[in-house]
Amino acid sequence: MKRRDFLAVPLTLLPAAAFAQSREDFFNSFDPDAMVKSVTGGGAAKRGRVKLELPLLADNGNSVPMKVTVESPMTEQDHVKTIRLLSERNPERGMAVFHLGPRAGLAEITSRVRLAGTQRVVALAEMSDGSLWMGTADVVVTLSACVDGAG
Amino acid sequence: MVARVQVPKEAKRGEVIRVGILIQHPMETGYRLDSANQKVPKNAIRKFSCRYNGVEIFSAEMSPGIAANPFLQFPTVAAESGTLEFSWVDDNGEQGSAAEPIRVT
Repeated sequence: MKRRDFLAVPLTLLPAAAFAQSREDFFNSFDPDAMVKSVTGGGAAKRGRVKLELPLLADNGNSVPMKVTVESPMTEQDHVKTIRLLSERNPERGMAVFHLGPRAGLAEITSRVRLAGTQRVVALAEMSDGSLWMGTADVVVTLSACVDGAG
Repeated sequence: MVARVQVPKEAKRGEVIRVGILIQHPMETGYRLDSANQKVPKNAIRKFSCRYNGVEIFSAEMSPGIAANPFLQFPTVAAESGTLEFSWVDDNGEQGSAAEPIRVT
C-alpha cells in the first residue's frame, strides 16, 4: 500500500456525519439553564427574544467580536434592564453585565470578548417586568484565550 | 488611560444614535506570566458608565472576559444638545474619563 493510500483510510472510515454529530454533542454538553440559575439564584429564563451573535469560528479567543440584541420596545413601561454574558469555560462565569434603560431606545450592545475555548455562550436579559430571557451562541475557538500562562 | 470615543457630531431629536468607546487597557486576566515568569496580577476595568447631560444612560460591569483594549458600542436616544461623559475604574482603582459633545437639532 502506498503511504498516500494509507493516510486516506481514516477519512473514508469516518463519515463526515460522525464529526458533525460529535460537534453537536459537545455543544449540547453545556447546560445554559444551569448557568442561568447559578447567577439568578434559581430563576429560570425563557428561550427567545435575545439574539447573541458570535462568529461560528473564532481564530483567536483573545478577541472575539460579539453583538447582543434583545427584542424590546424600550419604553418606560417595557424595557431591558440588564444583559449578562455567561461563559462556562472561562475562569470567570460572568463575563460582563450591561445596564440599559428606556433612554437606550434600542437594546443592542457590541463588544469584543475573550473565550477560553470552544463553548456555548449565553446572553441573559432581564426585562423591566422581571422576566428573564436568554439566547445562546456556539463558537469554535481555535486559539483559546490564555489561562495557562502562555502568551 | 487613553480612550477613543465615537459619537455623532449631530443628530435629530429622538433619533437612536450609537455611541462607541475604545479604551486602552490590558484587561489582565491574572493568568498571564511576565518575562520573569511571574504572574501578572489581574487588572480589568470593573465599572464603566456613560452619562448624558448628567443622567446615567448606560453602565457596564466587566471582567477579564472582555478583550484587552475593551470596545463597547451601545445605543441611546438623542434627547438634547449637550455632553456625553464616560468614566471607568479598574481593579487597581485607576480611573479614566472622556467626554464628547453632541448637537441635537
